Amino acid sequence: MQEVELSDILTAREDGDYIVNIGPQHPSTHGVMRFVVSLKGEMLEYVIPHCGYIHRGIEKMCERMTYPQIIHLTDRMDYLSAHMNNEAVSLLVEKATGVEVPERVKYIRTILSELQRIASHQLWWAAFGMDMGGLTCFFYGLRDREHILDIFEESFGSRLLHSYVCPGGLMGDIHPNFQKRTKEFIKYFRKKLPEYDQLLTGNVIFEQRTKGMGIMSKADAISFGATGPVGRGSNFACDIRKKFPYSAYDKVDFKEILYTEGDSWARYKVRVDEMWESMKIIEQLIDNIPEGDYSAKMKPVIKLPEGEYSQRVETAKGDLGVFVVSKGEKYPYRMHFRTPNFNNLFVISQLCAGNKIADLIAISGSLDLVIPDIDR
Amino acid sequence: MPFNIYDFSGTTKAIDQFLYAKMPPTWAFVTELAIVGVIILLVYAVVGLYLVYAERKVCAFMQNRVGPNRVGKWGLIQTIADLIKLLMKELVVIRKADQLLFNIAPFILIIASFMAIAAIPFAKGLHAVDFNIGVFYMMAVSSIGVIGTLLAGWSSNSKYSLIGAMRSGAQVVSYELSVGLSLLAVVIFSGSMQLSVIIESQANGWWIFKGHIPAIIAFVMFLIASTAEINRGPFDLAEAESELTAGFHTEYSGIRFAFFFLGEYMNMFIVASLAATVFLGGWMPLHIGNLAGFNHVMDFIPPLVWYFGKTVFIIYVIMWFKWTFPRLRIDQLLTLEWKYLLPINLVNILVIAFIVLMGWYIK
Repeated sequence: MQEVELSDILTAREDGDYIVNIGPQHPSTHGVMRFVVSLKGEMLEYVIPHCGYIHRGIEKMCERMTYPQIIHLTDRMDYLSAHMNNEAVSLLVEKATGVEVPERVKYIRTILSELQRIASHQLWWAAFGMDMGGLTCFFYGLRDREHILDIFEESFGSRLLHSYVCPGGLMGDIHPNFQKRTKEFIKYFRKKLPEYDQLLTGNVIFEQRTKGMGIMSKADAISFGATGPVGRGSNFACDIRKKFPYSAYDKVDFKEILYTEGDSWARYKVRVDEMWESMKIIEQLIDNIPEGDYSAKMKPVIKLPEGEYSQRVETAKGDLGVFVVSKGEKYPYRMHFRTPNFNNLFVISQLCAGNKIADLIAISGSLDLVIPDIDR
Repeated sequence: MPFNIYDFSGTTKAIDQFLYAKMPPTWAFVTELAIVGVIILLVYAVVGLYLVYAERKVCAFMQNRVGPNRVGKWGLIQTIADLIKLLMKELVVIRKADQLLFNIAPFILIIASFMAIAAIPFAKGLHAVDFNIGVFYMMAVSSIGVIGTLLAGWSSNSKYSLIGAMRSGAQVVSYELSVGLSLLAVVIFSGSMQLSVIIESQANGWWIFKGHIPAIIAFVMFLIASTAEINRGPFDLAEAESELTAGFHTEYSGIRFAFFFLGEYMNMFIVASLAATVFLGGWMPLHIGNLAGFNHVMDFIPPLVWYFGKTVFIIYVIMWFKWTFPRLRIDQLLTLEWKYLLPINLVNILVIAFIVLMGWYIK
């Protein structure tokens, strides 16, 4: 993989390289992402990701917003992990102001995070199958995800961008049906998840398309900062839930899924196994939600003391870091998000070099990219 | 006019004699050609439209959906509504495209499938042209279609289209070998390339049952190879909508796109009916050796029902492939053909030749 600048691409075009733009409008980039691809026949010479087509300046907007308002912006980064994004900022504010949230909130936050993780992985599975040409997968994934979204809708009124977690606790208490319906869902999904394996996992074509494709070594994963299932597929133990437990993760027993192969297949298996683990976590918590308030008492105007603060959470895509520089005002002086997809994306040039154009789609599908999270 | 649902040759002969009695021979011949052409065109349009409907229903069935159900009863005229929409759509003219080739490419595809349909025996006596080299003719005309695909990809001045067309070329040229060789298996058994003779030879049992395991192998090979030859999933690399947006017909719009779409479905119909004719006896009812009672009951079902039943079954199997398998990659596709299907087919042909020489099959 050689280093290629934009100016090189322009000159290379004159040299007769066959340059194809995959994106910004393309069915398989899962958003407005653009890959500049040089082809030799079917073979990829290099792949250069170009991001920024959906850049909204969320970090800059945060500088003019109060902390409770910022919550609503974080939904729009990784919309499939909206809940974890909310939680990251909330945890940071609580840490900085020294507020202790009730146990009930911690439990509910953890359950919601895991439900959200399952929902995100279901959509990834659906889209990954579709990238491979198996259109039926898409409907299977969405069918099951609908159950989770229904649970969300019942408790806090929205399905995708819920902004339910806020500094100090939750926006409101959970719906009385929440526990019952979550348990019903777990029971249902334990039956349906094996169907996923039947449709894709054992398939000869699928195995040929993923095994040994886009291999990333552990050293590469660390140096690129690839986290989440992408890093764990390369045996990089980077689960924030294990390393720096937050909310109720220190109270539950779960396994960090690690695979050593580092190929698309390993990344696929990590996510499918994580769905099983998430269900285990929810089952441990769902019956033991303590009674209590759904929110701690917060001041009407939240001001962070002067200083620098940071918080990490594990979203469905990887390690989300939030960094705030505060001057003691109700607005942050500077806010930075270290989003997992941004780091996961730039692995792609390395993984795709020397493979075929169909593998670009398969590999980028295995990275589970959410474009608004990359551009912010 | 004599009409017999079990044998249409009386009807067609009567029409033939009527025309020749009323007109000079040249005009009678031209009128006959026109009648046959119009009938084939109608069959083509109706079958094509309802295959699209069937595909959407089958795919919905596989995906826990309902499928089209708004236009007409059970959505039965949905595809006709779609066709009218496509007819009224603008034909986008691509700048810097090769206009002549761009415009004729869909017609080449359509004509190829149209020619192939003329040689399909629908029922006894319902057979527009019965060549003595029927199987060979079907192979030959159906492979003209790939020229349309290649031209479409090359002339539309789009990189996605070009990649799709090149893939399609490599794929069709490779898989034609396997299609031909697996059809050759039955040609060896029946000793003729004429489709009507092949059907008559299955009067006491279909070749897939009479020819032992080699015939079954040939049938499976034919299904795989012909699915690849008509560019359908899991071998739909020429379209590959997740990689190449729509492959060779990315730049086509309106009715020209509809032609490609229709052509694809008609090709599926043609390979399905060829498989039904050659391996499953075409319109010939299911007969088992000398079981006279059973054979007699089977004879009561009209040949058209037998023919369409078998064809629809094979079409369903081909759709089933598409909606459950992920897509192959181009190198895996070519590996499958050249390293697995072709050698197996060659060995299979040798085995069949040996079996026929020794007379070990059920005659």
